Amino acid sequence: MEHIHDMVVIGGGPAGYTAALYAARGGLDTVLLERLSAGGQMALTGDIDNYPGFDEGIDGFTLGVRMQHGAERFGARTVNAEVTAVDFSQPVKRIVTTDGVYHARTVVIAAGADPRKLGLDGEQELTGSGVHYCAHCDGRFYKDKTVAVIGGGNSAAADALYLSRLAKKVYMVHRRDALRAERIYREPLYNAENVELVWDSIVTELIADTRLTGIRVKNVKTGEATQLNCDGAFVSIGRVPLTGFLGGSVALDGSGYIIADESTRTSADGVFAAGDIRTKALRQVVTAAADGAVAAHYAEEYISAMGGL
Amino acid sequence: MSAIKAGMKNFEEVRSSAKPVLIDFYADWCGPCKMVSPVVDEIADENPQYLVCKVNVDEEQQLAEQFGVSSIPTLVVMRNGEVVSRSTGAKPKAQILAMLEE
Repeated sequence: MEHIHDMVVIGGGPAGYTAALYAARGGLDTVLLERLSAGGQMALTGDIDNYPGFDEGIDGFTLGVRMQHGAERFGARTVNAEVTAVDFSQPVKRIVTTDGVYHARTVVIAAGADPRKLGLDGEQELTGSGVHYCAHCDGRFYKDKTVAVIGGGNSAAADALYLSRLAKKVYMVHRRDALRAERIYREPLYNAENVELVWDSIVTELIADTRLTGIRVKNVKTGEATQLNCDGAFVSIGRVPLTGFLGGSVALDGSGYIIADESTRTSADGVFAAGDIRTKALRQVVTAAADGAVAAHYAEEYISAMGGL
Repeated sequence: MSAIKAGMKNFEEVRSSAKPVLIDFYADWCGPCKMVSPVVDEIADENPQYLVCKVNVDEEQQLAEQFGVSSIPTLVVMRNGEVVSRSTGAKPKAQILAMLEE
């Protein structure tokens, strides 16, 4: 008979490790499955200034590792494995991974999200050769060069600001005529001399020889097409939730996020969704961590109701 | 065998290796590089049939440029001195091993 865990957590970002911390600290036999290493999207950002308790900021990778250690301190175990399929139809859930099959009374899905792609021809081939999704990782290769940032939210604005300190010139291409980014990002951006905002525009083509040499943009109001010569394009147009492995086992909304309210309960009994993968208004490290705590709470309640620990 | 540090100085040895070579181009300040680094170490420890090396792109700019690295981590697999596959971004262990086994 295979071992049945009280909880399997899928994903080792802030939501997953907080769920694991609360569950393990509460005495649940907990294992966390992570395809790569701790941190999730957080590990791809530089300094995190808006997670409380770190008055000087903290880099995302370090925060991830510390969250992992915090959960391990109470016995939560991390296994490096990628989940390929799940079956939530029975009280004991099955989680199929690259490291064998796991069984659990409760599951917390905290697999997070990946950057959204532009969906243009050549994008895949040019990734890493001019097309990038992580300014903090790859920005330094564009010192004194010309880059374009695509997007208008907080991440795009933060990327454009970061790049403006390295690159000669930054185009910021946004499909609307105002940025969605908060003021703390907007104002320094408007004041940066080497940032040119390209309003009401979408990217229609990636121009390249062996690497990217430019992008073609179209003004959505006038229909006018322009070519912007640039050495790199940093894409920051939102996220896509990583729900592919779920195969219809829980209900998703139209954008692919798992439908769950503030209780983090999904459409499957004993299965909870925490962090960026859940329908929610604000996707931040602190709200992901909060989801993890809530998920662990309701998971414990579910196990108790099922007849105990 | 653990991963070796590669640079311009010892790169001819790497290039002429009889074993398939995995190169991890990284920098100390890059989050995804830190994510993939322990995975690369594990592959090195568990697979003596491969030569696994790491190149710090800040210290070895010339070598990084030769390989056209503009995104890190970049993983490159070489056989008989030729690049046979490359990928950018942190990848799970199974995917990196698959690149080596191709």
